[in-house]
Amino acid sequence: MNGLRRALLAVFALGVLKPLAALAAWNKEAFDARSAADALKSLGAANATPSKDLHIEAPQIAENGAVVPVEIASAIPGTTAIIVLVDKNPFPLVGRFDFKEGALPFVKVNVKMGETSDVRVLAEAGGKHYVATKEIKVTIGGCGG
Amino acid sequence: MAAGPMKMRATLGAGYTEVRVLMSHPMETGQRKDAEGKLVPMHFIQNVVVKVNGKTVLDAQTSQGVSRNPVFSFRLKGGAKGDKIEVSWLDNQGETNSTEAAVA
Repeated sequence: MNGLRRALLAVFALGVLKPLAALAAWNKEAFDARSAADALKSLGAANATPSKDLHIEAPQIAENGAVVPVEIASAIPGTTAIIVLVDKNPFPLVGRFDFKEGALPFVKVNVKMGETSDVRVLAEAGGKHYVATKEIKVTIGGCGG
Repeated sequence: MAAGPMKMRATLGAGYTEVRVLMSHPMETGQRKDAEGKLVPMHFIQNVVVKVNGKTVLDAQTSQGVSRNPVFSFRLKGGAKGDKIEVSWLDNQGETNSTEAAVA
């Protein structure tokens, strides 16, 4: 009975774990960080250089903090990753996008914002990090922020 | 709410292919309470992978900070009509889904 159970478990584990292993590990430490600075430290991106070649397209005022569209494009040569954070969210790190050969360093994503905050975007290129920020005001209940 | 279907569109732009994908997913933060005042457990997409003709071109890690029913736009270099785009996701509860579309 036990042997059968073990065999079934092994089959299950193979089927489930294999596709997971193919994915990049989810950086739990960075995603669990409570401040943007801690998240960036976990990502090894604490010392980023401000850059004008990292473009953030987003509304200045968001009426609904639950869905804030943010479009990011990097004109920094050799950009291999874009990292998105909302500074004042309880867990600031929103995501990390790794671009392989064949993808352009561009992403558009809807983010949640608990309150007015800087949206902080980083690009990784040639082992260096570049940063740009944009403040987005969140109005709650339509009464102004 | 369980995760639902996905929708995707891939269109040729000027020198690139624009991929727009919608994922039906609650993206629970673990901080929201239900009608009975109990916390709704965290449930959100953690990994998104984009493949073109079977080759991975984009690999993302995401958090509960992404809006409910996430919509992503990506841009791929070049591309041709009929290229097969595949997008898949995996969430923190082990659920997964994927969809395919040909570039139009």
